[in-house]
Formats: sequence, C-alpha cells, structure tokens
Amino acid sequence: MKRKMSLILIALVFFFTGCATTQQRLLDSESSQVQLRSIQTRAFDTTDKEKTLRTVMSTLQDLGFVIDKADATLGTVSATKLKGYALRMTVTVRPRGETQLLVRANAQYNVQPVTDPEPYQQFFAALEKAMFLTAHQAD
Amino acid sequence: MGKVSALFLVSIFLITGCQTIPKDALTLSPQSLAERQMQTRKYEMKDEGKILSACAGLLQDMGFNVDESEPKLGLITASKMRSAENAGQIAGAILIGLLGGGAMPVDKEQKMRAAVITRPVGELGEYIAVRVTFQRIVWNTEGRVTKSESIIDPAIYQEFFDKLSKAIFLEGQDI
Repeated sequence: MKRKMSLILIALVFFFTGCATTQQRLLDSESSQVQLRSIQTRAFDTTDKEKTLRTVMSTLQDLGFVIDKADATLGTVSATKLKGYALRMTVTVRPRGETQLLVRANAQYNVQPVTDPEPYQQFFAALEKAMFLTAHQAD
Repeated sequence: MGKVSALFLVSIFLITGCQTIPKDALTLSPQSLAERQMQTRKYEMKDEGKILSACAGLLQDMGFNVDESEPKLGLITASKMRSAENAGQIAGAILIGLLGGGAMPVDKEQKMRAAVITRPVGELGEYIAVRVTFQRIVWNTEGRVTKSESIIDPAIYQEFFDKLSKAIFLEGQDI
C-alpha cells in the first residue's frame, strides 16, 4: 500500500516538474506577455540609437559575454556567456516617441527562458551605470 | 524505505526540476574592471574602419573564420574549431582502461570564439578603443560538453594586442 502510494507520488512529480508538451514551447505562450515585456523593457531619455547599442555591447562585455552578432539597422545585439552554463541574451533598441529609446532584453539560460525579474533588474542596473542615464519603467 | 524514497524524490526534482540562473550571472563581478583593462587597448587614430579591418586580418592570421561583422557598431565576431586532445588526459584514460576501469571519455575538440569591439573614446573621439573577448566550448569523445568558459589569460590578450599594434603599424606603412 505504502509502496503504491509512493509510486503514484513519483508519477505525479514527473507530471508536474517534467515537461507537459514540447511543441508549445515554440511560442512560449503560457507566460503572461504583458508582464514579461514589462520585466524585460526599460526606457531611456536619449535618441542616440547607435551610441546606446554600443553601450549595450560594452555592458554585455563587462558582464562576461562574448558578442555573437549585432545589427545597427534593426537595433539588435546578441551575446553569449559561457561559465559552466550558457546564457544567451538578445537586446533590442528602438525609438519610443520623440525623446526616448526603448531597450528590451531577453535571456535564455541553458535551455530555459529567464522569466524572473531579478536578472533583468541586474542587467539594467549595469546598463544604467554605463549609459549615465536612468532606466525608466516603460509602462 | 521512507528515507530512500525521499532521496529518490529529491533526485527526481534535481533532474527534472528547473535549474535556475545563478544569482551573479548578470551582475558586475569585482574582477570585471581588471578584465576590461586586460582586454582593451586604445590607439590614437580616428579611422575606426581601418582598425576593424586590421583586426579582421589579425583574426585570420590566428586561424579564425569571421562569422559576423557590423562596421556601423564596430563589431567583428570569429570562431575556429580545434582539437582539444591532451596527452596527459589520454594517458590517464589508458591507465584507467588497463586497470579495468573501462573506457574513459577524453576531451576531443573545441570551438573557440572571439569578438572584437571598437569604439571611439576620448573627449574629441581622438582614440579608438579595441576590446577583444575570447571563449571556448570543449566536447569529449562522447560528444558531451566538458568545459564552457571565458578565456581569462593575460598572456593571450597581451599577445593579441602586440600583434594588433604591429598590424596597424604595417597597414599604415603601405605605399
């Protein structure tokens, strides 16, 4: 009886912590998009996109990343940090109104999306310092 | 019995549960300033494109293939695959095999990556700062990743910049 119970418990554990279906992960739509966007986005009071992208790149370097690619026209930078794990980040910069730029970052830790607010707060704190500008919450 | 199944449960959580990102993954480490200094040199010239092309040439000299470049942002990334075989490790694996320990996987190959970023610095933008960063991934004979790391060896960066200084000087010399 006890044995049966523990078997069921184990099966349940697999069910909850293991992955439900694998196709859904293409769009990762189970997390709230609005919430995720606000965690990952900050606004800066500048319109200099190129300088902002260059600052993003040097901040990523300071954090131990090696830049993978960058595109000035699209305003994107991707980089990877290897330290026993693989942390990949993409940062995009685009204009918001006449006076601001929106900076959005998303990260992937090994094979998982990073959805905690804290790592993004840390990233933007480092970026603020390098930009000499305050990062505003974008919403 | 209870203890064993508890242990079992914990190990299942460890295996299937989520690994989370380390707390310090996106914070500036105390070494980050020293690393930046080690990985950066500035050159007194205004032509960023010229320095970038010298860097591309230098990476080629070192056997790298250029993967991506974006001159508007001063970026070149490059990579190369190399053997990661290491005589000491192979000897150890053979010894273990002889002692009846079975076949031990050893490091087989590695991918080495480099990114060079240039940017104008100084009050009038009279200098170009060049920062290079290297990293590598090592796979063993079973195809598993055994190392993934940044390369933090001052001698490597010193040699890179010695060569870059020479390359920039040589480029300046062509008639």
